[in-house]
Formats: sequence, structure tokens, C-alpha cells
Amino acid sequence: MHSSSSVDKKGSEIFEMDSQRTLYPYVTGTSVIGIKYKDGILIAADMGGSYGSTLRYKSVERMKPVGKHSLLGASGEISDFQEILRYLDELILYDNMWDDGNSLGPKEVHNYLNRLMYNRRNKFNPLWNSLVLGGVKNGQKYLGMVSIIGIHFEDNHVATGFGNHLARPILRDEWREDMSYEEGVKLLEKCMLVLLYRDRSAINKLQIAKITEDGVSISPSYALKTFWKFSAFQNPAKGAEGSW
Amino acid sequence: MGVLVKEAIDVPPKGGFNFDLCRRNEMLLKKGVQAPSFRKTGTTIVGLVFQDGVILGADTRATEGPIVCDKNCEKIHYMAPNIYCCGAGTAADTEAVTDMVSSQLQLHRYATGRESRVVTALTLLKSHLFSYQGYVSAALVLGGVDVTGPHLHTIYPHGSTDTLPFATMGSGSLAAMAIFESKYREGLSREEGIRLVCEAICSGIFNDLGSGSNVDVCVITKGHKDYLRNHMLPNPRTYVSSKGYSFAKGQTEVLSTKIMPLREKVELGRDV
Repeated sequence: MHSSSSVDKKGSEIFEMDSQRTLYPYVTGTSVIGIKYKDGILIAADMGGSYGSTLRYKSVERMKPVGKHSLLGASGEISDFQEILRYLDELILYDNMWDDGNSLGPKEVHNYLNRLMYNRRNKFNPLWNSLVLGGVKNGQKYLGMVSIIGIHFEDNHVATGFGNHLARPILRDEWREDMSYEEGVKLLEKCMLVLLYRDRSAINKLQIAKITEDGVSISPSYALKTFWKFSAFQNPAKGAEGSW
Repeated sequence: MGVLVKEAIDVPPKGGFNFDLCRRNEMLLKKGVQAPSFRKTGTTIVGLVFQDGVILGADTRATEGPIVCDKNCEKIHYMAPNIYCCGAGTAADTEAVTDMVSSQLQLHRYATGRESRVVTALTLLKSHLFSYQGYVSAALVLGGVDVTGPHLHTIYPHGSTDTLPFATMGSGSLAAMAIFESKYREGLSREEGIRLVCEAICSGIFNDLGSGSNVDVCVITKGHKDYLRNHMLPNPRTYVSSKGYSFAKGQTEVLSTKIMPLREKVELGRDV
């Protein structure tokens, strides 16, 4: 009796103090795109961290390896992404402590992330992220996504945020089974270029990460070549004075 | 001190939007009253400039909320023999505004004795939409070829315009723009241009729920236009009974028969 009443009081306290719950994100990352290719998974993300409409941080690594077999890419609140990395660190540590020769693969990590996101959503205190998880274990490629409210699925190509609207149509058209590494990178760069043109929070500094059976490698940051020399852009108001 | 009496002077209405009810609407919204929604087309419309002119494209689905009310509507509207306009947004608004400007252009042609120019249509549309402050919910892609060359413009519901080499509007605009941004280049031939427009509209049809059915294309060049209605039909009916339907006599069991003469037969005499 006593214990239940104290739990009730605590419950109402939590709801009254709204400052304890996540209401909106502050420093955010934009889209992440992932595709399966012949040897494993390729994930691309730019390195921008926006503070509202200001481009505050320009060297945010939004993709990190998890354990031996997986890579996690995140868009949304950066601090929540760092919190998720801490949870995963603990998870991998405990797994290593078993010392049984087995290690958590991408499917298991994806399931853990899904439970994590869904449970936080049920408590009205979400981790404000959309996650892309890719990995290879025992020759099996795995690419999945978990959204802010715990929607999760597995597919041959995934994207978060704006990538869903701009990159997925291209991927649906042009993705094929068993692409080579060069073809995969070319396809990802094509999508990232469209995002760079049409997403206001995208920046021209991106990384591409590769996961194969041998392990994870994240490329150094580089920029894409943009084209602005359309003749219609030279003097747009030529035919219509006063417009642009 | 005399009190200034302001008499309500009856000014004859000059047209344009009457803003009297806006404050009342805002108050109702704050109190939680939901405004009635209107029918939108949920669309993918595109336009691009190629070597010899402009090509416009549109899907053919009209939606009323979650239901497709017209599977094959026409979203590319005639403005002048050398100018066509695609419309997205509220169907009634796009129809009415393009019809109105089309008539105004025709009268203008009679008055000047010259072929209409795209900037004329552009200015008429944008000044009309601006005076209604965005309440006429029409987002348009206007394209045509006149004496000054090929032109392509987008017009937003609030009245702003852009002049572009390639443009997309509507709910499927992001899917179509992804195709354009990755594949457009200057100096496309007619076949390449039509193929790119079809690809962009198909991207909208298959990736956006508000767009669907078929692809309409309109190619405008100097002195000539090709209105290719249903140029592509990527969504055919898959299961159609090849035998058709026949209802032979004897298939349905007759339980009872009752014949009621509705009018008495009257036999007319010899001399009437």
C-alpha cells in the first residue's frame, strides 16, 4: 500500500516537470542514406549540425561503428545520438564480458535500438533521432531503420528525413542487387548531390562509410562538385523584369 | 467638445479580397473551431526547357482527401495557342484562374493583333493571385514559346514567380525534382526531353500517394504544339475478365411472374 502510493506521487511529479521530457530538438543532423551492395553496406551522411536555422557545427561525425559487425548512422538531435552511443557501448561491453566467442550482430543491435526508441516514445520522452543501422555478420548483409517513435523495418535501401522524399525515388529506380563498391558510391553521391541542392540544412562535406565482413571503414570528409552554369541562371529575369 | 461622428460611407465594391472576416476567423481558430477543408489535386507537375522550346508534364489523379475522385483528369490547361499551364493545388482554383487568364489573353490578342507572350500570362496570373493574398490556392507551372523565345515559370499561390530551366510543383514535386536534379542538362533533344519529363512524372506517380494514374505531356515549340494526352499509361487495369459479362436467360431462377399493364390499351375507331 505504502509503496504504491509513493509510486503514484512520483508518477504525477514526472508529468508536472515538463523540463524533464524532450519537447523539441536543438542541434540536429539532416538525412542519412544507406544501401546494400555486393560486399556489404554503404552509408552516407554529411557532417553538419544545425542549431535551428544556423549552421553551428560543421564536423559532426553522424556515423559510428558499433561492436565488430555494425555501423550506426543518425539524423536528428545530436545529444540524443551521443546518449544512444553510450547505451550501445554498455550493451557491447556486457556482451564482451560473456566472453563466449559470440558477438552481437546488426540484427540484434537493430532490435535493441527498436525497443529503446519505442519504450522512450511510450513514456512521452523520445530520443529525437532517426537511425540507420547496417552491418554484415557471417556473410549476411543487414540494413535497417528505426524512427523516432519506434517504427522499424529492414530494406535494401533506407533513408531518413529529407532523404525519404529526395533520395528514395532515385534509389527505387536505380538500385540493383550486387552493385560494385564504385557503383554504390556513385549512386550515393548522386543522391547526396540532390540533397545538397534541395535540403537547406545539408552541407557540402560528407562521409561515406563501408561495412563488410572484414570490418568498418569511414572515409575522410570530402565535397561534391556542384553545377550552377545553366544559361537560365545567368540572367533569370531577362524575360520577366521584376521577378527572379 | 463635439464627438466626431464617422458615418459609414458606402464605397462601391471594387473587387479583390474582402478582409473583413479575417479577424473573426482568427478568433474562431484560437477558440478551437476547425476550418472546413477543401478539395486539392495532390499532384506532380513538371516543366523543362529543351533545345527547341518547352515541355510540360503532369499526372492525372485528382483526390478528395484519401479518395481518388478522378483517375484521369486534365491538369495541363490551355492558355493560348503557344502557351500552356499546369496547375496544382485546389482544382477549382487552378481551373478558374487559368480559364480567366486565357480569356483575358484572347481579348488582348484581338486588341494588339499579335501572338500572346508568356510574360503577359505570367503578370496577369501573379497579380491576380497576389491580390487574393494566397487564398486562391493555385500553384502553377507556366510554359510557352513566343517571339522572344522559350520561357518556363513557376507561380506560387501567394503570387511570387520564378524563371527556371526546369521546375516541379505539387505534392510529388520532391520526387520529380530528384530526377531532374540528377539528370537534367542543357540542350536536350525532343525525345530526351520527353523521356526525362515522363521519368520525373513516373517518379511522382510511384513515390507520392497524392499522384497517380497516367502521364500527360505537352511539347511547345516555335509555331507548333503537341498535346500528348495520356502519353504514358503505366498503371493499366491488371485483372479484366477476358470473357466479358453475359447474362443468358435461364441463369437466374424465376420464382414468380406478375404482369401489370400500366396503361389500358385503347383501340381507336375508324374516323377520329
